[in-house]
Amino acid sequence: MKRFRGMAYPYVLFICILVVVPMLLIIAYAFTVEGTAFFQHQFTLGNFARFFSDAVFLQVLIRSLRVALFTTVICLLLGYPAAYCIAKSEKRQGILILIITLPTWINMLVRTYAWVGILQDNGLLNTVLGWFGIAPLHLMYTDFAVVLGMVYNFIPFMILEISSVLAKMDPSFLEAAEDLGADKKQSFLHVTLPLSLPGIISGITLVFLPSVSAFFIPKLLGGGSYVLIGNIIETEFLTAGNWSFGSALSLIMAAIIMLSIYLTRRIDKNRGDVS
Amino acid sequence: MKKNKHRITPGRVVLAAILVFLYAPILYTMVFSFNESRSLTKFTGFSLQWYEKMFSSDTTMSAIVTTFVVAILATAISTAIGTITIIGLSRCNKLLRGAVSMVNDIVLMNPEIVTAIGLLMFFATMTVRKGFLTMLLAHIMFCTPYVMLTVAPRLRSLDPNLADAALDLGCNPLQAILKVIVPQLMPGITAGALIAFTMSFDDFVISYFVTGNGVQNISILVYTMSKRVNPSINAISTLVIVIITIALILINVLPPLWQKLNKKKEETA
Repeated sequence: MKRFRGMAYPYVLFICILVVVPMLLIIAYAFTVEGTAFFQHQFTLGNFARFFSDAVFLQVLIRSLRVALFTTVICLLLGYPAAYCIAKSEKRQGILILIITLPTWINMLVRTYAWVGILQDNGLLNTVLGWFGIAPLHLMYTDFAVVLGMVYNFIPFMILEISSVLAKMDPSFLEAAEDLGADKKQSFLHVTLPLSLPGIISGITLVFLPSVSAFFIPKLLGGGSYVLIGNIIETEFLTAGNWSFGSALSLIMAAIIMLSIYLTRRIDKNRGDVS
Repeated sequence: MKKNKHRITPGRVVLAAILVFLYAPILYTMVFSFNESRSLTKFTGFSLQWYEKMFSSDTTMSAIVTTFVVAILATAISTAIGTITIIGLSRCNKLLRGAVSMVNDIVLMNPEIVTAIGLLMFFATMTVRKGFLTMLLAHIMFCTPYVMLTVAPRLRSLDPNLADAALDLGCNPLQAILKVIVPQLMPGITAGALIAFTMSFDDFVISYFVTGNGVQNISILVYTMSKRVNPSINAISTLVIVIITIALILINVLPPLWQKLNKKKEETA
């Protein structure tokens, strides 16, 4: 039945123009001499050389990776017990998942801005800390504020990924472990945890990826001088107008993201082979 | 196993803390949108002045209008394109289907900022004037894959001979699609449309890069306003939160309701 086939063609053309061409433009500009258009064929690796030879840019890259790593680890450590708890509650599971999902749909910028008031020196968080006799802390425009903003935005992804895997787990595995004499800790470490690894892996990907590329969270909560790689890309395109360097930065960021996804998947595979 | 139903476990404590963590800022914003003073930290009394300011500011109102117009148009167009394409694709060979789903994956998986700068360079290279049209095109581009993802499972569960049967019974192709296939896909289409609406309504990163000439949506407005302390943001935020929450409730309520209605129709028919 070929009759309706033609209905797909307009969209194919549409995505070729609006998805494929822009991606090719990024690659082309990344290898083009600054200030020239790519069709003038001025091939160069200078944009990448500039990035890797400048200590300032490398520092920004390291800071971006460090912030993303912290965010991912915190999301995993807090998200796992929460996800476990959701997967175990049979009756309220659906509603709990809805409650966790809901905030992810509400504008990230709006939700991040809410923290500006909460984290002020005389803000809500310091007031609450004051009740426990803790002196006001300076929280805004610090690493803490940025990581907190990222954890806040991305932790639902980690929880949802892990809990969906845990909920699908066959409870008879745990019964078998118990029958074979494993105590709670052993059956968690040797049964539940390895089985939930696929959820952990996709959770890590879904948190790490947006953390590396975030640019308005550091700007709102880290202040104007807090620069991550996403902020440099923004500046190169919207202020400096340097497409070539900006494109090279985007490619470097994309490469890091691909590499990290590849590595986490590999770790998963290796573990699978051992067990 | 039932005996520890109400026991306080570490997992439950963490879960409860996370729920507070997720919802406190949203609540905080909503409460402070009714604050009498400019302060973001001290609630001095109830007032609606920030809402008055919001509705009397031309920039804010035009941002709200732009957001709605873009979201409604992007939803309508991407839902139509997505549905038409997925029906067409189901008749195409594997190669084309694979290619389209790969490109859709690029849209879904790429960091938003990368998609955004790609579009920015594309529009500038084509010398398209940045503004309403570029924002709308970008929104259609990133909404359509979501519509396709939502409609595809429904289409797969349909009998592939359904359209042929309709044609044999004397429908023309347009009738076969509109009267036979589309009604069957309706729960998926409504869900897809609502997802598209929330994605478009909430978008910041891509809109921020592809717009220009003073055309702003709500997110861009909040971003530019956030450089100074400005409680109007809380009023705008509250508006966004309320609208998205309603859309989300509809996403969860409408498709099952639709199915129920359809079933009733079938039973009475």
